[in-house]
Amino acid sequence: MSDNLLTLEGVHTHIGAYHILHGVDLAVPRGQLTMLLGRNGAGKTTTLRTIMGLWKASAGKITLGGRDITALPTPQIASLGVAYVPENMGIFADLTVRENMLLAARGAKTTAQIDDARLQWIFSLFPAVEKFWNHPAGKLSGGQKQMLAVSRAIVEPRELLVIDEPSKGLAPAIINNMIDAFGQLKASGVTILLVEQNFNFAKRLGDTVAVMDNGRIVHAGAMKDLAEDEELQHSLLGLAL
Amino acid sequence: MNKLDLDWKPLALVPLLALLVLPFIGSSSTWVTLTVAGLAMGMIIFIIASGLTLVFGLMDVLNFGHGVFIALGAFVATSVLGAMADYTASGSLWTNLLAVLPAMVVAMLVAAAVGLAFERFIVRPVYGNHLKQILITMGGMIIGEELIKVIWGPLQIPLPLPEGLRGSYYLGDAAVEKYRLLAVIVGLLVFAVLLWTLTRTKIGLLIRAGVQDREMVESLGYRISILFVGVFVVGSALAGLGGVMWGLYQQNVIPQMGAQVNVLIFIVLIIGGLGSTTGALIGALLVGLMANYTGFLVPKAALFSNIVLMMAILLWRPQGVYALSR
Repeated sequence: MSDNLLTLEGVHTHIGAYHILHGVDLAVPRGQLTMLLGRNGAGKTTTLRTIMGLWKASAGKITLGGRDITALPTPQIASLGVAYVPENMGIFADLTVRENMLLAARGAKTTAQIDDARLQWIFSLFPAVEKFWNHPAGKLSGGQKQMLAVSRAIVEPRELLVIDEPSKGLAPAIINNMIDAFGQLKASGVTILLVEQNFNFAKRLGDTVAVMDNGRIVHAGAMKDLAEDEELQHSLLGLAL
Repeated sequence: MNKLDLDWKPLALVPLLALLVLPFIGSSSTWVTLTVAGLAMGMIIFIIASGLTLVFGLMDVLNFGHGVFIALGAFVATSVLGAMADYTASGSLWTNLLAVLPAMVVAMLVAAAVGLAFERFIVRPVYGNHLKQILITMGGMIIGEELIKVIWGPLQIPLPLPEGLRGSYYLGDAAVEKYRLLAVIVGLLVFAVLLWTLTRTKIGLLIRAGVQDREMVESLGYRISILFVGVFVVGSALAGLGGVMWGLYQQNVIPQMGAQVNVLIFIVLIIGGLGSTTGALIGALLVGLMANYTGFLVPKAALFSNIVLMMAILLWRPQGVYALSR
């Protein structure tokens, strides 16, 4: 059995008349944190949305744990243990923090049925989630919303976390908090695919890295190698990062 | 940040409107009569509109065919109540209710079943395309009206109130019609059940979340298409119930009655804010009160008074009184 949890082979995606992904090949090793980097418009978000089935691949194959998920509807992909945090965080602003968490806990009908030990672990990672438990999520700050979005993704054990630019617009202190949290998640054995533009954030967390440009993967390898090679960084990422 | 930051201003609109017109009406007993009549009319409109606000808010479907379920409910009621004439002729309120309740249940079941087919064959192919939705649902309503004519005939059918629901109770000099009290009770019950479902159950949570961000609900692993069907069927059933109430309120039914009420429903939804049940209740009560007050004070203005009300509300809150985040 391959030790890659997720693989994309020659994935093409069209959005209306636009051809966005031009044959993406990507492997996400099990239990590791893979960073997907690239400038704006390179196709990172489209790649994540295609993995989630929110946009359908027009060609190519996506497998999760060896199973072909290319044509599966989004709810079924999520039910296979994939949690998605979109770039806009996808917070339900009119619901409370508690209600947002309850929705993500598919196995629980009431908050009391959410695994308490896991909830306490989430509270230790993100104290703001506990502090504002009964408050409308729409009233949280940007950083608190991001914490809620990640908390929601991990409220139940998942095979794979797919997260789009978690550091975007956050203050440095909150970014450090996020790095700690993702470090703990990684240590717990969760596989993570994370889109990022902040290279300092990326190099502190990533085990492996893939760089996109013009809808293709133009580099893939160990994050350590990219972090140590400034010339390669410059050639792949330019000034965007 | 306050966790109980209830937006109370829209809630104050109903008593505010009632108090504002009191000096113009003069007689307090007339005011009480008009106010109860307006609240009853508003409750019936709420029952009809509550389903559509969820269909509109959650599914983003402009269902201009909603009226056909209202007419269907009313016509089913004529058949059920006609078959239970012994019960409706009794002077006992409880015996009357033994006929009215089955009429409501059967009307809801028939409207729900037709709603299921309507969603599958008419609405589902046009998800995401508003223009096609308007055209095809209006077409669906025309077909529905013609089918009603085939089954029940094209003429107006009387739907008299059961004996025990006729007449009024008197509070001093103010007359409060018995049926309007029943309408208020049924409306409050529907509101309570909807509110409980939406705020206390996971299904309700999913509906509220789906109104805000359908894609994210799917990303959490829920099949929103099933939720869509459920909400559409419940919305149709509520329209059927509203049809029974409206038919008894008018005491006659015609195949076009749904189309006639459609305008009022959309005014209510726009005032309330798409997808908001509480907003729909406030909108319906305002529309009911406004229709009764202007009907008494300035009868010639009654026709357009609700349009003026809607414009005033939209100038204050362009997304309706309880706009949802999207």
